[in-house]
Amino acid sequence: MKKEITFTLNNEKVVVEVDPGWTLLYLLREVFELTGTKEGCGVGECGACTVIVEGDAVNSCLYPALEAEGKNVVTIEGVAASDGTLHPLQQSFIENNGVQCGYCTSGMIMSAKALLDKKAVPSEEEIRTGIAGNICRCTGYVQIVESIQKAAERMKK
Amino acid sequence: MENLLHIGKDIPRTAEIDKVTGRAVYIDEYKRPGMLYGKILYSRHAHARIRSINTEKAKNVPGVRAVLTGYDIPDVRVGFLGDQTVLKKDVVRQFRDEVAAVAAITPEIAEEALKLIEVEYEPLPAIFDPLEAMKPDAPLVHETDARGRPLRSNILPLPWKFNAGDVEKARQESAYTVTDSVSTPWINQCCMGTSGCVAEFDGNNNLMFCGQTNVIFGAKQRIQTYLSNIGLKGKKIRVINPVVGGSFGTKLDTDIYEFICIQLALKTRKPVRIRFTREEEFMALPPRQASRFTIEQGCDKNGLLTFRKVEAILDNGAYTSWGATTPSVMMLPISSMYRVPNVSFQATCVYTNNIYSQAMRGYGNPQAAFAVETSMDHLAEAAGIDAAEFRMINRNHPGDVTPMNLKITTCPLEQCITTVKEKIKWDEKRGKRNGRGVGMASLIHVAGGARVYLSDGTGIRIKANENGEVDVLSGSTDQGQGSPTVIAQIVAEATGFKPEDVNIVFGDTALGLWDAGTHASRHTFVAGNAAVRAGEKVKQQILELAVQYIPKMVKRSMKQQKKKNPDFVEPELDYTLIDSPEKLDMKNRMIFPKTAPDHPYFKTEVSKILTSGLHVGVGESKAVVAEVFWDPPTEMLNAEMKGNYSCTYAFGAAGVEVEVDRQTGEVKILKLVSAHDVGRAVNPTLVKGQIYGAAYIGIGYGLTERVQIVDGKVVNPNFRDYKILTANDAIPVEAVIIEDPDPAGPYGAKGIGEPGLVPTAPAIANAVYDAIGVRIKDLPITPEKVLAALKAKEG
Repeated sequence: MKKEITFTLNNEKVVVEVDPGWTLLYLLREVFELTGTKEGCGVGECGACTVIVEGDAVNSCLYPALEAEGKNVVTIEGVAASDGTLHPLQQSFIENNGVQCGYCTSGMIMSAKALLDKKAVPSEEEIRTGIAGNICRCTGYVQIVESIQKAAERMKK
Repeated sequence: MENLLHIGKDIPRTAEIDKVTGRAVYIDEYKRPGMLYGKILYSRHAHARIRSINTEKAKNVPGVRAVLTGYDIPDVRVGFLGDQTVLKKDVVRQFRDEVAAVAAITPEIAEEALKLIEVEYEPLPAIFDPLEAMKPDAPLVHETDARGRPLRSNILPLPWKFNAGDVEKARQESAYTVTDSVSTPWINQCCMGTSGCVAEFDGNNNLMFCGQTNVIFGAKQRIQTYLSNIGLKGKKIRVINPVVGGSFGTKLDTDIYEFICIQLALKTRKPVRIRFTREEEFMALPPRQASRFTIEQGCDKNGLLTFRKVEAILDNGAYTSWGATTPSVMMLPISSMYRVPNVSFQATCVYTNNIYSQAMRGYGNPQAAFAVETSMDHLAEAAGIDAAEFRMINRNHPGDVTPMNLKITTCPLEQCITTVKEKIKWDEKRGKRNGRGVGMASLIHVAGGARVYLSDGTGIRIKANENGEVDVLSGSTDQGQGSPTVIAQIVAEATGFKPEDVNIVFGDTALGLWDAGTHASRHTFVAGNAAVRAGEKVKQQILELAVQYIPKMVKRSMKQQKKKNPDFVEPELDYTLIDSPEKLDMKNRMIFPKTAPDHPYFKTEVSKILTSGLHVGVGESKAVVAEVFWDPPTEMLNAEMKGNYSCTYAFGAAGVEVEVDRQTGEVKILKLVSAHDVGRAVNPTLVKGQIYGAAYIGIGYGLTERVQIVDGKVVNPNFRDYKILTANDAIPVEAVIIEDPDPAGPYGAKGIGEPGLVPTAPAIANAVYDAIGVRIKDLPITPEKVLAALKAKEG
């Protein structure tokens, strides 16, 4: 029994029929083909599926698609400017080796963005807490934290 | 060393922009028209006879396109000892045994169908402890070998024995000796992108296989053998990589799910994708093997090592993958870490009904290094010598030939140890026993390729296009380490283009030249060497064109100027400055005479030469393209397990400061310094990324990670119960790059993919001992073990 919902997805209003069993991750990947959002575990333990809903970073693999009704959802595909100019976070991840295999990167950038949107210059501890739900196996997080710090500095200017 | 423009620079990873915008196509996104989704049914027992399999209900589920069991496909053996079939129909020997597979129009339907497959088992006695499994009366995991000959033991027929010098004599002559038994657990590689592949046959039964393998030609060969054995001899196979979400060893062997995917594609005549869930990644993918070591070492009264004797028992699990070959790398630190004249090593791989094992970053080195480096601390203490000083006394030197016949070229181990000592404040902090302590460990690893196959070569083809772009076709793969950036830097340096001009194609057997695989920390070294050589050839070709075309272009330009301005006076130009390629050079896209780099008429942008020089008319002409297949001058191990199997070796040291809570047993790392000999850092930021990442996996190995297997079953198949470190653990890691350019390396570079992992766990264990006086010999060092050890010590 599908239900129609309306929400804002990457700055555009969308109307879509949603099955009550779907997660937001499923809706994003399978219906909208926004495949930058990854499924690393499917049970909310790794953060690869992180998207921003109403300003908060959420695990889209646990988030019921129906709950998106009326809300503002941003995925990695909605982070760069509409002309393709990278967001300072994206630029910084490339420049500071915050990305290796890249599988955690979308979720990592979304968690970082939700943090920076709320606090322009977070402390290292706040950054680490902000991405604590995002597992990365490649980097040891060092250069991810650096990437976020440098992006924050750039955004402040 | 010459003035380098691109080597040693922190060039950003712009080539991988798709990874930050969400556009990168991993196996999850690799989709083909009409593609089906495959799922696998695993065994419900660790050891059982299959009495019956009923797939009727599953076949009747709408949307199901195929259900396969071992009865539906040829009974062909796979794996390097040929000890398993793709789908098991008679006996299952581990919980991850693949019993049936389904292809359906959605993954959900395939999953539903799996639940309807009925399998009746008759449980058999199972064995989970390798020591028990070695006993003569132990139940056999395999009753016959691959050729059907009866087996009498669970011990694998693998000859891992190494001897050098006279250990017995050396023991008698030693002033001090110590013996320790240590063990290391199963470790899951935890790639963030789970395993998967897509198989697709065309109408001629040629196969397109999109897989995550980091050995594309090896995978192709294994698949070719398999196809040949199932009656598809002579069919063409193209192996391609999607973007790969981490590898860490998991992509070295061709896994059973990949053969299953091929069978489902063959049966349905449709493309089929199999992609693991996280739970499958833990339960059905071979981890780093569990190992036990007994190590005995001795030294003379001055602290010089006299001998090292190591016996290892490796839990092979039920089948054999590359895990069983890790002793070839265990031998490396055991024979060659520090100067030790008399060495004996024996490794016994034992079949059990546990999950089988494979490669992981560092191969056997992290396991063996844990034994060697914790024993070094123990022996130093027995001899009454400071543990850092003890390592310094016994350190390797440039020019050494080790008992394994490894030829040490550059070796800044002394500098690595000194750096770590200083940064961790060793002299100030060591030996306090006040709950805080410092510890150290060193490493040696292959850093100039590893001749484990007949060829250890890599082919690189470089073509310069008419618009000044450069395409590099590599037979290697990239799994996230940054090869597109590093190879672009090397190619730019060798050719005279800029790194951003270089476009690299990896991971396609149809386009790339043969490559032994992106493993053994070999890519930068071997592919880099091929790239330097091919780049130099391309440059030579361009300079030859320049000799031909610069004068023509200059003269044409003069004529035009004269036409425009009749008063133009043609300057006297010395064309001998550019009359041979040797007199020219090219840097940052500009071609110029060596003796007059800023010559106002002769300095020419390369794309102008390429545009003029290529497509010059009818008939045969020449494109600017060069290829080099380069195989390092190394040796395979001989029957005695000796041979210089890498062109150069990397050294390094890790120092750790810990604080141990005596109440909770918790070990907190206050600081980790990891100093590594990298030859020359092609891209320091990327090199540090490798060191940080490897060190973190090493910390997990030391403190938190363990695949828990109870009676053959993985009981912690998720990130809640399998503890890998998060950003919140906030462990301060300092990566130190030690540069000592290696003459054989591309611009002096050595491999650095694996080393960071190797010394971390033993350095932690040694620091824990320094803090509280107990040696934890069984990884990981959990609070429970610390408390138990403290309790035992305090009686």
